[in-house]
Amino acid sequence: MIVTLCLDTAVSLECLCKQKSMVGLVSPFSLLSCFAELTLIGLPRNARPLSLSGHVGFDSLPDQLVNKSTSQGFCFNILCIGETGIGKSTLMDTLFNTNFENFESSHFEPRVKLRAQTYDLQESNVRLKLTIVNTVGFGDQMNKQESYQHVVDYIDTQFESYLQEELKIKRSLHNYHDSRIHACLYFIAPSGHSLKSLDLVTMKKLDSKVNIIPVIAKADTISKSELHKFKIKIMSELVSNGVQIYQFPTDDETVSKINTAMNGHLPFAVVGSTEEVKIGNKMVKARQYPWGVVQVENENHCDFVKLREMLICVNMEDLREQTHTRHYELYRRCKLEEMGFRDTDPESKPVSLQETYEAKRQEFLQELQRREEEMRQTFVQRVKEKEAELKEAERELQGKFEQLKRLHMEEKSKLDEKRKSLEDEMSSFSKKKAAAELLQGQAFTANSNLKKDKDRKK
Amino acid sequence: ADFLIIRRDQMLQEFWECPTNGEKEYVGFATLPNQVHRKSVKKGFDFTLMVAGESGLGKSTLVNSLFLTDLHKDRKLLNAEERISQTVEITKHTVDIEEKGVKLKLTIVDTPGFGDAINNTECWKTITDYIEHQFEQYFRDESGLNRKNIQDNRVHCCLYFISPFGHGLRPVDVEFMKALQDKVNVVPLISKADCLVPAEMRKMKDRIREEIDKFGIKVYQFPDCDSDEDEEFKQQDQELKDSTPFAVIGSNTVVEAKGQRVRGRLYPWGVVEVENQSHSDFVKLRNMLICTHMHDLKDITCDVHYENYRAQCIQQMTSKLTQDNRVESPIPILQLPTPDVETEKLIKKKDEELRRMQEMLQKMQQQMHDHDV
Repeated sequence: MIVTLCLDTAVSLECLCKQKSMVGLVSPFSLLSCFAELTLIGLPRNARPLSLSGHVGFDSLPDQLVNKSTSQGFCFNILCIGETGIGKSTLMDTLFNTNFENFESSHFEPRVKLRAQTYDLQESNVRLKLTIVNTVGFGDQMNKQESYQHVVDYIDTQFESYLQEELKIKRSLHNYHDSRIHACLYFIAPSGHSLKSLDLVTMKKLDSKVNIIPVIAKADTISKSELHKFKIKIMSELVSNGVQIYQFPTDDETVSKINTAMNGHLPFAVVGSTEEVKIGNKMVKARQYPWGVVQVENENHCDFVKLREMLICVNMEDLREQTHTRHYELYRRCKLEEMGFRDTDPESKPVSLQETYEAKRQEFLQELQRREEEMRQTFVQRVKEKEAELKEAERELQGKFEQLKRLHMEEKSKLDEKRKSLEDEMSSFSKKKAAAELLQGQAFTANSNLKKDKDRKK
Repeated sequence: ADFLIIRRDQMLQEFWECPTNGEKEYVGFATLPNQVHRKSVKKGFDFTLMVAGESGLGKSTLVNSLFLTDLHKDRKLLNAEERISQTVEITKHTVDIEEKGVKLKLTIVDTPGFGDAINNTECWKTITDYIEHQFEQYFRDESGLNRKNIQDNRVHCCLYFISPFGHGLRPVDVEFMKALQDKVNVVPLISKADCLVPAEMRKMKDRIREEIDKFGIKVYQFPDCDSDEDEEFKQQDQELKDSTPFAVIGSNTVVEAKGQRVRGRLYPWGVVEVENQSHSDFVKLRNMLICTHMHDLKDITCDVHYENYRAQCIQQMTSKLTQDNRVESPIPILQLPTPDVETEKLIKKKDEELRRMQEMLQKMQQQMHDHDV
């Protein structure tokens, strides 16, 4: 039905309304999606406003929406950035009137970490899934150049997981636990002079990723006059450095007046306390000093009430919306552009995600194949080289072997000659010896014969 | 200063009340303290105080409150942007102040930029270089031929401001104090003490004392008082020692509190009085720094830190000289007698003989032992 309505605006709208009025009750989501579809198709003319002749009943749409969201429950994520010990956990405890069981961090953390804790809170019939993320060790290191990076990485990770969920084939966005940071409370130390260099650098890196609400922590250490000057200095520093902090929305008449007034009180000077002191006949949250009692909810003493108003009572939903429509969309766009996706190709024709994805995939596969080929080539080349080397080595060895063999033969023949000559000598010697002995023997017998003759003669 | 006068009078009193048993006769040297007092007043005193700590902790306000002057009239504070890569500077202000005839030449050494940059690795180098430079200067002057007008610019005390917004010491605090502990008397202070309720303050002080012990940081120790002091004095002294590190608040503005005009800070919920002992330890700090321990700080600087520096310096120089005979010593030092070659050979030979004899002795002993067994 919706597809056929796209051609002629006026007719379709009237048609739709008439039909819906006859039915009486409209389902909010189908109507909304109806409108969405119509705008997507790109109607050239604005829809013609029509006056109703009676009460239709779609003024209950917001209520239905509210009922649906209430039954689903709300989700809110706050990030608290500040030095160790500046009062982040205490302020959260005070804001939400509970004890979130936080423990003291040490000043000697080697790097900045983020600790997230999720709580389920309930007030009247509204359920809130609150996630509080605290920085641990922020501002403690000697070299703080990397400090902001850890926070930025955390925020990006949350965006990334949402993006992944959105891009899934089978997704369950309505069940998804949205962990994107909706509000970032930046705690400024009450030095009374100006922002610290770390504050400026960090806020500049975060202003395009999250709604920053700067607060002056431990404000009971600054007197009224100093506070006024301090606030002005901080705001002027932020402005002159182009840091975009969250501005309470002023486009909705119901809240624009209070929001504009509050915008002028930024940054809020807060004091947190979970301890109670008796003032008059009431127990109030306060800090008791020897010189007086600082009441947390006394607007004359600090801006805590203003912060609670603005953050929780009036603008929580706006913060969530801004996170989704502005910060998340920016992240998504940057990320997809990085990956090479475009809304329109070089000829300015709209390109769908699937086409781009397919094209990317092809490219990737081709690249993969090419690389594989390359590697194979290199492998073959290497094998050849190695083979040649080995052959060369073999030849050399062979040559050496031959040479050695020859030498050996020569030596052997030399030795043989020597031996022969030695043997000759030996044989001639033994001959001579035999001859000599014979001679000696003959001489002896001749002698003995002579002796015998002599004896006989005697 | 009053305190010294009281002691002197006490001693004179004691002397005069001493029972003269006939043998003791008046000599007169009991007036020595008097003479010392007179001469020192004439000469005047000097003191160099260094303040260090992150920007915005109230260093300048405290110094102004301590000495009741305005030393930092035209200073320019830097923006956050300018401080991203700021280097540490050293600025000096010298003032001459006088009280009851006693003149004090006070030099305040400020260290703007400390701990302000994003990367603070070795940010104390400028400061330690400055302190050593002063030592070196004094060393040269002391070893020179004409020593009439030596200017003592050595830093006698360094007040280190710890931020009260954390849980205790931070890495930068630990590194700074450890780098300076052997060069100057470090007195840690908890600044802007009006941000902690009494229970939190006690916890913070205990924490800091623990951490100072844990990291082995040598901060300035108050000297123990003599055993013959009276109980009240000893008790006060002990209280002083127990309340370190001092938690201070500074202010030079006068406000109205309980019908009186006092120096303090005005809040919608009350007035913090700077000189109220239950509000802060400002009075204790002032007494310690100015009234009672100023001279001790100077003594320790001269006797301990400076002497260490001097010994180190000389050792380095002599080792360099023996290596390279051409280097002229910039200051007159006595050459240690180095044994010449002949004597060394003799010594070596004797050593060898000794060793051999010892070995023989051992062998004989062993033999005897075996024989007995």
